[in-house]
Amino acid sequence: MVAGIPTLWLLVLFLIPFIIVFRISFSEVRLAIPPYTPLLSWRHGAPVLQLHWSAYRFLFTDTLYVSSYLYSLKVAAVSTLCCLLIGYPMAYAIARSDAASRPVLLMLIVLPFWTSFLLRVYAWIGLLKNNGVINNVLMYLGIVHHPLALLQTDFAVYIGIVYSYLPFMILPLYANLEKHDGTLLEAAADLGARPLRAFLRVTLPQSFAGIVAGSLLVFIPAVGEYVIPTLLGRTDQIMIGRVLSDEFFENRDWPVASAVAIVILLLLVVPIMLFQRLERRQLEAAK
Amino acid sequence: MISAPRSFRISAAPALMLAACVGCSDPAAHGTPASVSEKVLNVYNWSDYIQPSVVADFSREYGIHVNYDVFDSNEMLETKLLTGHTNYDIVVPSGAFLERQLQADIYQKLDKSQLPNLKNVDPDVARAVAHYDPGNQYSVDYMWITSGVGYNTADIRARSPDAPVDSWRMLFDPAIVSGFQDCGVSILDAPSEVVATVLLFIGRNPNSNTADDLKAAEQALHAMRPYVRYVDSSRYIDNLANGDICLAMGWSGDIKQAHDRARDAGKGVDLAYAIPKEGAMSNYDILAIPADAPHVRNAHLFINYLLRPEIAARNSNLIKYANTVAASLQPLDPGVRSDPGVYPPPEVRARLTPERPRPPEYQRLLTRMWTRFKSGK
Repeated sequence: MVAGIPTLWLLVLFLIPFIIVFRISFSEVRLAIPPYTPLLSWRHGAPVLQLHWSAYRFLFTDTLYVSSYLYSLKVAAVSTLCCLLIGYPMAYAIARSDAASRPVLLMLIVLPFWTSFLLRVYAWIGLLKNNGVINNVLMYLGIVHHPLALLQTDFAVYIGIVYSYLPFMILPLYANLEKHDGTLLEAAADLGARPLRAFLRVTLPQSFAGIVAGSLLVFIPAVGEYVIPTLLGRTDQIMIGRVLSDEFFENRDWPVASAVAIVILLLLVVPIMLFQRLERRQLEAAK
Repeated sequence: MISAPRSFRISAAPALMLAACVGCSDPAAHGTPASVSEKVLNVYNWSDYIQPSVVADFSREYGIHVNYDVFDSNEMLETKLLTGHTNYDIVVPSGAFLERQLQADIYQKLDKSQLPNLKNVDPDVARAVAHYDPGNQYSVDYMWITSGVGYNTADIRARSPDAPVDSWRMLFDPAIVSGFQDCGVSILDAPSEVVATVLLFIGRNPNSNTADDLKAAEQALHAMRPYVRYVDSSRYIDNLANGDICLAMGWSGDIKQAHDRARDAGKGVDLAYAIPKEGAMSNYDILAIPADAPHVRNAHLFINYLLRPEIAARNSNLIKYANTVAASLQPLDPGVRSDPGVYPPPEVRARLTPERPRPPEYQRLLTRMWTRFKSGK
């Protein structure tokens, strides 16, 4: 009975939408409601299955798609690494702080969510643009003489993604680090390990599960990110989330949009399965 | 095709929000098939494209509750319409999109016996709209617009006293547009319309859908791209009015809006709008009733209401676009009525080309080409 609820959850929120999108990706565009051809048609009283591969084939006829996938993977990977480098010390510091201040520090991590995500990304436009806050300060101080092109660069996208997704890295890392047994480090010190060595040999391996969980929570949504690159990013190289949206709303080609979505999912299947295996192992270890 | 926001903002924002909210409920919430007597109307129009008090007055006069919802691109509207079951009673696609959508059979014929005010419609506009909707069976024009050249008179004169302000050379001749790079040039983010205009300028068929013509247009655009500050369909209103840019390809009502705003600010910025002598693209935003509209009778009442001369005039006075009602010229503000940018004289109207629908394969090429143009590559 208890196992039925997660299964139902998966069925309703993942499998059914997936099947719908999967189905559309094998049809062709037509000008009607709905704007794609049916898969099953009746001919001489018998059902005929019509599968069209054209949407998938199309993804490889134009370099746009492959280059957008690769670019999205790169952006997501770099952003995840930056989140890890910034988030790990923060999570570590929170986990090591005294019990009374931890809730306050955690609260500060979550606090930005109280403001609309969209507004916070817009605020970065104000900071990064040519006559924005950062450039004005740099010019006032005489560090630069011409405004730096910060907006509509890869740099701006990294800032936007790292800024927005950092809490998703910190929280699972904190949850992991907080459970570490401090006496292990004392034992390491007693056995002659310097703090750095103790960290590398004791803390880091133990926190591996937290690192993987945090990285996946950042990486997976970052690959399909749409809002941040649209507002802050380059116009000559677009991420796959934007390609998908353009297919749907600009070209109004649902089959190609669906095929793009299915391929994103295929790219993410490997990290998602890793994540699930890790979770299962943790659950078993906890028993 | 107007694929970007019909960019228009008014200072009376609170009033607008109030009226746009005459019942903020989602039309989709009215799931049940409506009875004939249900006093509700679901309207889906371009953002900031009506005088808010007109909606409120209609509600008061007929006792019909109006759910007024807005969109900002034809593509968005079409995506929704083709998904089906929108529950909208009135939508306002542009002509080329209406023509495509008619092929999908998603509109119902108007019952002209319920639209006595059709007699007020300008026959020239009706004829133009019949290009999209043969016989005007499914639709009535709401507003019509042109895209042309908006410019800051003093800035242009200072740089080039004999600039050809009545020509697209201002924007598409690199030798000329380069002279205005320093004071700021902008282009509409409306791929189909800009490409059509460039084709018109280089003497080709503006409604061509061939890859060859698209390539020629891309070359012309590529040559002037270095002198363009940005490609956007809404920022130019404020920027022209403040003197931040001096030259823009823009929509008639928007430039008129910028002009009024600059005049009211009193900082000495004077703007002008020209429909170039080579001709220009015209667009029609058209009222139509979806086939599955739940409140068909109320939709007819609303269309008929919009065709009253004094109501059409109130809308145009605010949004500065030319309406379809010939008899509305009398109650119009003289400033709007006599503006050749809003209501071009017959010889100028003869040079306007209505935009045609684009086939999907062309649309895709166009989207790609536009991405390259915008990025300056």
